[in-house]
Formats: sequence, structure tokens, C-alpha cells
Amino acid sequence: MLNFLLRRILTMVATALVLTFVVFWLTNLPPNLEKLAKSEGNARMTDAEVTSWLDRNGHAQPLLKRYGEWLGVAPGWTDERDGVTSGRCIARGTLPEDNPAFCGVLQGYWGQSTVFKAPVSEIIATRLGLTGILMFWVMVLMVPSALLIGILAGMREGSRLDRVLSTASITTTATPEYVSGVILIVVFSSSMVGLKWFKGTATSAMDGITFENFFLPVLTIALYGMGYIARMTRASMSEVMTAQYIRTARLKGASFGRVVVRHALRNALIAPFTVIMLQFPWLLNGVVIVETLFNFKGFGWTLVQAAGNNDIQLLLGCSVVAVVVVLVTQAMSDVGYVLLNPRIRVS
Amino acid sequence: MMEELGWAAIFSRLALQFWPVWLALLAVFALSLHYRRRTGLYGRLFDSPLGMVGFGLVMFWVFTALFADLVLTFDPLGQIAQMKNKVPGTITPDGGVYLLGGDNLGRDVFSRMVMGARRVLAIAPAATVFAFMVGVTLGLPAGYRGGRLDAGLSFIANLVLAFPVILLFYLLVTPEIRTTGLPVALAAVLFLFPVVFFTMLWNSRFFTHPAKRNLYVGVTLVLGLWAWSGLAFNADPLGVWSMEPNMLNVFVSVVFVNAPTVFRIVRGLVMDIKTRDYVAAAQTRGEGPWYIMLWEILPNARGPLIVDFCLRIGYTTILLGTLGFFGLGVSPESPDWGSTINDGRRLLTIAPHPAIVPALALLSLVLGLNLLADALREESLKD
Repeated sequence: MLNFLLRRILTMVATALVLTFVVFWLTNLPPNLEKLAKSEGNARMTDAEVTSWLDRNGHAQPLLKRYGEWLGVAPGWTDERDGVTSGRCIARGTLPEDNPAFCGVLQGYWGQSTVFKAPVSEIIATRLGLTGILMFWVMVLMVPSALLIGILAGMREGSRLDRVLSTASITTTATPEYVSGVILIVVFSSSMVGLKWFKGTATSAMDGITFENFFLPVLTIALYGMGYIARMTRASMSEVMTAQYIRTARLKGASFGRVVVRHALRNALIAPFTVIMLQFPWLLNGVVIVETLFNFKGFGWTLVQAAGNNDIQLLLGCSVVAVVVVLVTQAMSDVGYVLLNPRIRVS
Repeated sequence: MMEELGWAAIFSRLALQFWPVWLALLAVFALSLHYRRRTGLYGRLFDSPLGMVGFGLVMFWVFTALFADLVLTFDPLGQIAQMKNKVPGTITPDGGVYLLGGDNLGRDVFSRMVMGARRVLAIAPAATVFAFMVGVTLGLPAGYRGGRLDAGLSFIANLVLAFPVILLFYLLVTPEIRTTGLPVALAAVLFLFPVVFFTMLWNSRFFTHPAKRNLYVGVTLVLGLWAWSGLAFNADPLGVWSMEPNMLNVFVSVVFVNAPTVFRIVRGLVMDIKTRDYVAAAQTRGEGPWYIMLWEILPNARGPLIVDFCLRIGYTTILLGTLGFFGLGVSPESPDWGSTINDGRRLLTIAPHPAIVPALALLSLVLGLNLLADALREESLKD
């Protein structure tokens, strides 16, 4: 087990390093840096001025060196000009000796956002908090209802209830968030249908969450994932229901309800657990779309702003968070599966 | 005050407008139902009602895309200033009807939706085919040989899968990235896989008949490399094969995102099938590894692959919609469904029809594909 965990963690770290390096490379491509120079310096810079600006700000070094600096394993660049030493780690107006040599993600220095004019770590912390609330309610709505639908459908395979619920789950998996969101907004908050039960934006939810301003975004994300989890639960439930021990329990005279709740449920829920964990990367996509659609200024909205405005440091910060979320949930689903399923041994 | 048609009139006119599609659908269904006992898995599809619904929905959009020029009523890019945000059924100044209303620039929502079908169906199936070519060509040896090759390829596949899709799109589908040549390089690698696949396919089968082998491999190489030079580098001397840079960028990214999942599926299937007796028999006969992979294992893995192919076209359609929704890699005028939803969503509470029409179109196409995949899975499990 220890060996398994160790290997798992090593792969995870390697994956994280390669992925962040790829993001670093793609965000620091020459055209992006040129845009950065023009937006930070002067929009009418000549090519020579751009080159010298990049040189002065440490962007002309080899890619690997810059990545190392950003990560915090290589010392930050310094540049001495006219007797003033500037550098990556040197705050303006301070002496080089008062500042650390290394400053990168590992030291907790995530850089400065050019769009929001604030430290990246601060922005991500607040935005992630808002998205956390959204995700929490999505989970509260999605997981129990998906499991319930899956269990009800898988209990008696081929029954009318199964057909109806399965078709409904196929429909929700066929509806991406930007479609279901649009339909829900039109039905529940437009003047055309006239129901006006909920608000079409979630901007006000950032100050205070009410059912009225938060239900539609939560439902939009939950619907897309719900169908998939329900189908997995159904498949696993219907497989368990054909197992020998279920028949034994039925023959012993246990009632159908008791068999489902006491005997089938625990084994049927192993597979959905992994699926729910693996849904996190998908939810991340959903979050980006829904936050853009409902104008809820959380993590996904920030990612879009950063990407759309060439905010390199913020985009890198967002990618680190996204990659870590994906890798951690993948690892959790693997380990959880091993722990939950007595038939799998790691040696 | 402009005149408007009622909903009944709108729907009957819409139904009439789709006449070539109805005719084609009728022909396909009549033929398929008549010959359904002789067409194998395809014919058995018509035994399940949901399968027929799915097939019908998919074919509806396929024919709409094919006959788009006959179905649409206006130029999808033409703007009529008086028709901005007009409700469905509004009559234009020169006597035509905007059946599903006008969008915020006064373009016909219906015609744009029809033209959008053509755009979506031009990219999604082709991108899925390429993703399958890449996934199959790499997944077969990874599953069959295992070892270092498998470990390396799986690590790369997991890398791509651990990337949040939207982030990847934002990094890969930008106008700036084209100047770096990265999409062309990616295209050069990804588009080579079909050529490799077919070369291996013919070579492994016919290497004992050099004349036949040389003919097949030769034709594959000539056609494949010709198309490859045109599609990836836009360097086709005859100008038959070409792809505009925007489209290439979108296409490559979608293939890149889909290929690792196909790889994982193929690899899993191969690892299961390679323990079968007929594989052992082929090995005993002394067949080469590529013959076993391509002519023994692959045909026996086709069931799950066909099902996944249907699902994946749907998923690719969703991905293309996502790209359009974020305005990535499409020209602002483009009628594809994702960008029309994006254009329409700003006025959603006042004029919902420009967004809801493409939304329902996308929903019905993906739903059709999912129902089709589900029916195929059930029917193929029956025997």
C-alpha cells in the first residue's frame, strides 16, 4: 500500500510539473510577451523598445530558467542599471539585501495580476471561495438526486420506471451547460414565458445568497453531471441486483425494500464514488461556463478574464489551482476505490 | 407596426421549408425498414423505438446540413436593419418572413440555425474520425505490447486528460498562437496518423503479395500525403485540400482533446481481447504483431468503439459549441451554434429566440447521437 501511494504521489508531482511547464510555455510565447510589454509599457513601442523592455524585466532569459524562477527553484533575476538594482524578488524601493533570493509559487509568491492590479494569490483566494460555495450547493443538489435516480432505475432493470429515468438521464447528459442555462433562464426568468421565478444573473449572489438568485446556476451545473452519475449508479446497481447473494437474501424472505437498502446499496455505491470524484474536472468546465453565463464573479469567471486579457501571472495561478484540483480528485478516486472495494489488493 | 404570423402558421411554414429533409428521411427509413433483416446491427437498430428516434434526429440534422441551401430562407449573413430582435414570424419590408425572428443585428435566426448545422456537421464527425485514428494507432501497440511503451504513452494521455478542457482551449485557440506555428506543428503530427494507420493496415495484410501491397500502400501514401500537405501546411500544389487557419486551429484542438480518451478505451479493449484464443492462434501461426492488432483484435473491438464513436461526435459537438460560446477560433459572423448562443445570451430576458433556437438545435443533435449510441449498445449486447 505504501509503495502504491508513493508511486502515485510521484506520478502526480511529475504530471503537475509537466502541466505547469506546458502552461508556462504557452502563456509566455513571444506574441503574448510582446502584448504584455505593450500593455505594461506603451502601446506604440517599437520592436527594439519591446525587446529592451522584455530584457529589463527578465523575460529574455531561457524558458527553463524563467519557469524555475516562477516555480521558486531558481533564484530570481536581477538587473543592474544606472546604479539601481531591480529584480524579480526585489520590491520597488528596497535594497536587494532585504529581499529573498528565491520567490516563486513554492514560496507563496504568485505574482501580480495586470488586469485586477492586485496580488494573484489574493484574487484567487477570494474567487475560489465564491466558487467553493457554488460547488458546495451543486454537490448538495447533484449527488443525492443522481444516486436516487440511479438506484430507482437500476432496482428493476427494464421496468417502465427504469426506461423513463434512463431517458431523462440521457437527455441531461446531452445538454451542455450553455444550452440548459439558456433554456432555464428563458423559462424561469424571461418576460417571454413570464414565470419570473428566479433571477437570470447571479451577480447579487456574491453579496448574499438567496434561493432566487442562486438556484438557476446551481441547477445548470448539477443537471449536466447528474445524468452521468445516475447512469453509472444504474449500471452498477443493476449488476449488483443480479448477484447471487441478492437472490439468497430474497429467497430467505427478506422484503424487496430491505434487500435494496441493506444488501445491494453498499456494493452498488462503490463505482459511483469514483465517478463522482472524477466529475470534478468536468465541474470545473461547468463552473467556467455557468459563471460566465450568470455573471457570477468566481474562479471560472476569473480564468476567462485572465485568458481574455493576456494576464499571464493570473492565468498561471488559475492553471495551478485547476491542475491541482484535477490531480487530487483523481488520486482520491483511485485510493478511495481501493479502500472501498475489498476485491482489489495493492501489493 | 409590422405584421406577424401566428405560431400555427410559423410551424406549418417551418415544416414546409424542410421538405428536402423530410423526403430524404422518408427514403432512408423506408429502405432501412424494408431491408432491416439483412443489414445486421444497423437493421436491428430499427427494433428499438428509442434507437429509431435517435437515428431520426441525427439523420434530420445530417440532411439539413446537406440541403442547407434549399432549406434556408435568407442569406445567413445578410442584415435587415428593421428586423433587429423581431419576434418569430415577423414579415420583412420586402415581403419575406423571418420564421424564427431576427437577431440583434437583424439577421434571420432560422437561416443561421440551418447554416450552423452545416458548420457543426462539417467539423464534428471529421474531428472524431481523426481522434479515433490517433487513439487507435497508439492504443493498439500500447495495449498489445504493454511495458515501457504503454507506460510512456499512458503518461502522455493522462497529461492531456488532466488539463481542464477550457484552459487548453484558451491556450491553444488564440489568434496569437497562429504566429508561432504551433497549430501547424500539431496538425502535422495528428494528421499523419491516418496515413500511418492505413499504411500499416494494408502492409500487414498483403506483404505476402507484393504487387497488391505496393498498389494499396502506394495509393494510400499518394492520397494521404497529398491531403496531409494540403490540410496541415496549406501547401497542396493543386489546391484541392486546404483548411483556413481558424478552422485548422479549432479542428486540431478538438482532435487533441479527444484522442487521449479514445487511446484509453482502445488500450483497455486490447488488453482484454489479447488474452483470447484466436489471438494465441494467430501468434502460433507466426503472424506479425501489426497483423494481429489490426486484423484480429481491432475488428473484435468494433462494438464498443462504434458506440463510443456516436457518443464522441456528440461530445465533440458540445466542445465546438463551448468554443463558439467563448468566441474562440470563430469569425464574428459565423453562424455556428455556439457563437449564436453566445451572441443571443446578452439579451436573453428580452429577446430569447436568437439564443434558444440554436440551443435547442444543439440539444436535439447531441440527444439523437446519445440515444443512437445507447440503442446500438443494447442491440449489440443482445447476441
